Order: sequence, then C-alpha cells, then structure tokens
Amino acid sequence: MSQHIKIKKGFEIPLAGKAEKTLANPVQSETYVIKPTDFLGFQRPKILVKEGDTVKAGQPLFFDRKMNEVMYCAPVSGEVVEVIRGEKRKLLGIRILGDKQIDCAKFPERSSTELAGMSRDEAQKIMLESGVWPQIIQRPYGIVADPADTPKSIFISTFDTHPLAPDFDYLLKNQGGFFSAGIDVLKKFTLGKVHIGIDADAEVSPIFSAAKGVVTDKFSGIHPAGNVGVHIHHTDPISKGDIVWTLDPYGVVQIGKLFLKGVYDASKIIALTGSEVKKPQYYQTYIGADIKKIVEGNLKQEHVRFISGNVLTGERIYKDGYLGFYHHQITVIPEGDYYELLGWLKPTANKLSFHRAFGLLSFLNPKKEYVLDSNTRGEERAFVQTGIFEQVTPIDMLPEYLLKAILAEDYDEMEELGIYEVIEEDLALCEFIDVSKHDIQGILRRGINLIRFS
Amino acid sequence: MNALRNLLDKQKPLFEKGGKFEKFHYAFEAGETFMFTPNHTTGIKGTQIKDAVDLKRLMMTVVIALIPPLLFGIYNVGDMHYLATGEAATFWDKILIGMRVVLPVVLVSYTAGGIVEAIFSIVRRHPINEGFLVTGMLIPLIMPPTIPLWEVALATVFAVIIAKEVFGGTGMNVLNVAMTARAFLYFAYPTDMSGDVWYFLGGQQYADGFTGATALGIAAETSVAEGSQQVVGALSAVNHGMFDFWNIFVGLIPGSIGETSTLMCLVGAIILVATGVGSGRIIFSVFAGAFALGLIMNLAGANEFMNMPAYYHLAMGGLAFGAVYMATDPVSAAHTDTGKWIYGFLIGVITVIIRVLNPAYPEGIMLAVLFMNVFAPLIDYFVIQANKKRRLQRATV
Repeated sequence: MSQHIKIKKGFEIPLAGKAEKTLANPVQSETYVIKPTDFLGFQRPKILVKEGDTVKAGQPLFFDRKMNEVMYCAPVSGEVVEVIRGEKRKLLGIRILGDKQIDCAKFPERSSTELAGMSRDEAQKIMLESGVWPQIIQRPYGIVADPADTPKSIFISTFDTHPLAPDFDYLLKNQGGFFSAGIDVLKKFTLGKVHIGIDADAEVSPIFSAAKGVVTDKFSGIHPAGNVGVHIHHTDPISKGDIVWTLDPYGVVQIGKLFLKGVYDASKIIALTGSEVKKPQYYQTYIGADIKKIVEGNLKQEHVRFISGNVLTGERIYKDGYLGFYHHQITVIPEGDYYELLGWLKPTANKLSFHRAFGLLSFLNPKKEYVLDSNTRGEERAFVQTGIFEQVTPIDMLPEYLLKAILAEDYDEMEELGIYEVIEEDLALCEFIDVSKHDIQGILRRGINLIRFS
Repeated sequence: MNALRNLLDKQKPLFEKGGKFEKFHYAFEAGETFMFTPNHTTGIKGTQIKDAVDLKRLMMTVVIALIPPLLFGIYNVGDMHYLATGEAATFWDKILIGMRVVLPVVLVSYTAGGIVEAIFSIVRRHPINEGFLVTGMLIPLIMPPTIPLWEVALATVFAVIIAKEVFGGTGMNVLNVAMTARAFLYFAYPTDMSGDVWYFLGGQQYADGFTGATALGIAAETSVAEGSQQVVGALSAVNHGMFDFWNIFVGLIPGSIGETSTLMCLVGAIILVATGVGSGRIIFSVFAGAFALGLIMNLAGANEFMNMPAYYHLAMGGLAFGAVYMATDPVSAAHTDTGKWIYGFLIGVITVIIRVLNPAYPEGIMLAVLFMNVFAPLIDYFVIQANKKRRLQRATV
C-alpha cells in the first residue's frame, strides 16, 4: 500500500550555507540544558534534582505535574550546576556540566525478536521513565503525547524540506536496525497504521526501507512537502476527536536503541548551517548542548543571529545558547537591525520574495542561493492581501479565516476551519510571505491553547 | 544619507512615549518609514527571516499600474477640450490643458485624504496606512474633468471617514473607498456628476454642432426612443464619428478623467496580474459577466440598446477601469478564490443590467462594485461553509 502525492503549493527558500556532508572534528560542549519551554503544552514542572546532584544520562530531571508519568531526562551524565529560573521563579531549564565519559542509566536490553512479544504496557513503562517519550508528539495541538491515549495512527516524516534542513539519511547513518526496532515498538501503540512519509524525489534510504509492516507514502514537490502535517492531511486527515502521534526519525531511532541497547542515547548529529558559517557541515553532539564550542571560530562575522532549528520554525538563541530538544540544526544568519533608505521602493534582486510586486526581482532567478537577514522588511499592518496564504499551504483550508477566527476567539469557527490539523510549522510559510507581517505562528499557538483548554 | 538618518534619530525621542510630541508618534513614524524601512528584527520564535514584500510596496505597485490611465487621462482632457471648442492644437497644448485640470484634482485628493488619515492616526492611535496611496490616486481618475475642487475635497474626506476610518482603517473597510467618494458626489451633487460635465471647456463654447453627450448616454437613449436606429449607427453619427468602436477602446472619448481608455486599463491589468497584486480572477470575470449578459440581451433584443454588440459593453464607460482597479481592491472584494470568480462575474452582470434596463442611470459600474462589496462577505460565507463541510464529512464525532 503506497501512494505518491505531489505537493504543488508551497515555496522553496533557497538559502546560502547548506551543510556539506562531512562530520567535523569532535567538539565537546561543556554544559547541557533541558528546557521545559521546548516542550509545547508543558504546564507545571516538578523538579527532581538539586544543584550539585550528579545524574546519569537517562535519569529524570523533571516532569509535568499535569502528566506525571512522562519523565524529562538528562541527555548526558554529569553534575547539575544550575536550576535556571526566570520571572516568578518560572523554571527555564536544568543545566548539567557534562562528563567526559558518558555514564548511562541502565534499562533492560532486548533482542529484536523479543521486542515482538513485548506488550504495550511493558514498552510504555520503559519509554516513559527513560526520557524517549517526549519524542512522541500528539496532533492536534503539537504537544507531548499523552500515554493514556491510543492514537488513530502514527506518522513519521523521514525528510525535512525546511530551508537548509539536514538530511536524515546522514544524521542516522548505519542506524537502520534501531529504526526498524523503534517502528516495531511504536506499532504496539496504535490500532491503526504506522505511516512513513518518504521523499519521492530522492533515493529511498535503506534506513527507512527496511522497516516492516508500515504504510509508506511517497511525497514529492516543494516545501512543505516534508512536513508531517501535510502527510497526515493527504493520507489520513485529523478530524475532531482524532488523535494522531508523530515522531521524527531520530525519535524512532532513540526508541529502538533504548530497547536493543538498554540506554537512553541522546547523542545526535546536527547540521551547522547558514550564510554566516565559514564551513557549514555536520557535528556530533548531544540533545541540549551548548553551541558555543560548535560555532566558535567558525563565523564570517560577529553581528549574527543564532537560530536553534531552521529559519522558519526555529528559535533565536545567543552565542552561549543551547540546542533545542527537537532540533537537528543550527542556522546562523546576519542580524537585520539596520535601517534602509527607501527600502520599500528600491528594486532588489538580492532579497527573496514569494511575491512579484514592483521591484521584487527574485522570481527571475529561482536557483540563486540567498543571504537573508532577520530584518522584518516592513511594519505590521492589518490583513490586506488575500488569497496568498492558500498558495503556500498544501492543506485544504483557509488560513486567513482560521487566523481571524482565532483573533476573534471564536471557538466553533476555529474548530470548523481546521485548527486541529495544523501546528506552527504548517503555517510558517504564511508568516514568511505575509505582506502585513503578522506573528502567524504566535497567533496559531494562541488559538491552539484556547481550544485545548476550553 | 547618514545625515538624514542622524536627523531622524535625534528627533525620534521627542515622538516616543513620554516625549514632547508623543501624540504625533504615528505621523512621525509614517514619515520615517517612508524614508527608511525600519530596523525591526524578527521575534524569538517563529520565522527568523521575512519576505522582502511589504504593504508599501504592494500599494506602490498599484499606483504604478495607475500611471498609464493617468497620463492618458491628462492627454485626453486636453484633446477633448480642443475637440469640443473646435480649435486646432498641438500635442503639448493638449497636455498643458490636461495638466491644468488634472493635477489640482490629484493634489486636492491626496491633501484632503492625507490630513484626515493623519488626524485619525493621532486620535485613534493607529499607524497611518499605505492604502491611501492608492485611494488618493483613484479618486481623481473617476471624477469628471469639470468637477469643482472643493467637491473633490469633500468627497475624499467623506469617503475616508465614513467608508474606512469608522470601520477601523485600511483592511477593515467594507466598501471601496474611492467608489464611495464618487457615489457620495453622484447623489449629493448630481448636476456636477452627470449631464453636460464631460468636457473641460475653460469658459469657451462648444463648436457648432458639437454635442457633450457620452457614448453610454447616447446608447441609453436608443432604448427609450421609439423607432430609433441601431446603437452603432447612432454612435458613429455623433461628433464626426467620435464614438467609433476603436476610438472608444483607445479612449479618445469624453468621460471621467482616467477611465475612458480601455486600452490603458488593460495595460494596468497586465501590470497588476503579472505582479500578482491584483486578482486576475476578478478582472476576467467582470468582463466575462458583462459580456455574457450582453449576449443574452442580444438574444432578447427588445430594443436597440439590447441589440448593441455585447463587446461594446466592455469598452464603453468605466467598466474596464472599475474591473481592473476598483473591483480588485483586496479588502472589499471577496477574499476566497472561488468567491472572486462569483464576485467579479456579478459585478459585470449588474453593470450591464443597470446600463440597459435601468433608465435612470446611464452607467452601472460604480453601483455594481459597491453593491457587490456589500455582498462579498456573503459569497465568502458560502465558500467557507463548503470548506467546513468537506472537513465535517470525514469527522466521526
């Protein structure tokens, strides 16, 4: 069972600074931070460690009182050096000074044949306490999955079409066995199917083709062809009351490793990308690593913006910031805090635009790689232009009306206009091309929260 | 240019919160952002880069698309002047007369509207919107050349306040602002907006045998007068064949300042559609609607106006201008793609209904656009319901 879906609506953002497929010399980050803010929908943290404690990789650091089975665990072994707090003592993160040699908490090891006979409850218990569970994201809402649910189906997108996104085939080299094992475990959780979305435009990696008992859907076309939300919409759309789980391939591999090797392995390969990086390539590191050593001495200039993740959905961090829990990529672009004389009127071929309004010439040269900075290129205005969000959203919905329903806090409208089908990344392109410069992802999250807690 | 930037930076604190001129913050901001795109950067979360487009550029594109009808209008006002008075004149004589008539109207429209926008930005504390860049140019182009300047000012002020600002400014309006300005004058000062107003005579008299009627006026007469001749024949009999089809198409005919030339409107349409700023769906379907009803009228053929070849409707009057520049206003038009087809088509249909079947108004595009502005949300409503229905059909709960 396999279908080929062509995605025509969307927009490619060709940025300069794609990572070369080489692995840099190992750099060891000093500290690691796990931030509750990385987990959307996280409500009330309960901290399990004190400053000065030593922890093993895979040992719980905190959990959410509202979903107290799911443990958020240390990515590396070491000493808890700081419980970072913000205003009103809000927990911002737990900082760990990493050991040179990682000491892992031990979980029962199983062979791949034993996996088949394992029950869901047994698997779930280990996954919850070891720290791999937060890799499972629930749709609607895009939050960490609730272990009490049985999802209608599970979706895994094996390719990322965001600007400068790393190649999962490279990130997970030689880990096909773990991927298959992870899939075998995940199959226990759903009565429906496990769907794997693969890139029809590229050669199918052996990592993903080895998985058994899954539905493989092929997707081709421009970004957001790799977004799991698009895959769900075209194969098994979410309606009111449905629950679907999604993972990225790294999460699946982590689950596979947990059972086959008995460890929570938070090591990952990430891509250092962006126009301001001297040599964009891949780096071996861990979840939550501090990026200082990775970017140090590798920048073309100092006035830059560091982004954990990609330029569409990522988060701005600083030079001494930390890699986000779900991110496989650091992007470095120029900071755009400058004025430009008559910038709104000047014809320009160097700034990318989806539009072709007067003087925007980038459409003449679609192959060019652009250096884009963080300038907003205009101020926020009321919605004026119509019919363009639909051109970059390959989901049968009307984003403009959904956003207006959210602004009006009209719950019925939000529901009917399909808020269950989307999370931030699905409307990120709308935010990029928006003439009126709205914070569309922010508005959407506000709506999701309204619906979730209604 | 650094000097200019430094000057602005020095004045800026005065207009910030707590500054001496805090009230004028948005007026200052408007001026500043017209000179420099601001140094704002993207937020912590969300897209870290933004498309190079902004609302100013979008509006500027429309203004550029308005230049062909504007320039042609300037020439045509002069041309009509000399034609009506029967004097011989060179190209530059005509341009000179045209500029004398048109530029003050443009100036008055921009000034009156600009002042209202500025006052509202101060009182209502919202940014000055770029929408008026376009509105301020549209209003002069749909005025007769003989319009008194104070009426232009009054209509502009009325339209900006009643059609736009009371709803919350650009992006919130229901009606097309420029069309509202015209409709206001049309009903408040009908003698200045219809009848013998289409030639700027400048105090002189019509030449012998010259009539001041418009093509639509003559065509409308054929629908009421008994035993009248064919419209095409009636048209070509006026003023030495002035209303020959190609003349109507090119626009060397009397009418409002900028709307006479279908050709120039098509040039504007190409600019708008190629840049993606105006909706090709709307433009096409307005023409399609007018043409379709024109054909149906031909079949009915109850009077000579009904028998007029349907393509005449596309070139006569303000249909082309309305289709290209008025109906495509994204805020007051239908917002959904399907809705745009219906919205445009109905504008075309209603225009022809008013022209042919309603004896009171010779031209129908203005009322058709305003009427469909009001109905656009209803059309969208049904398109949205269809989208919701598709989603509901697969739901299980």
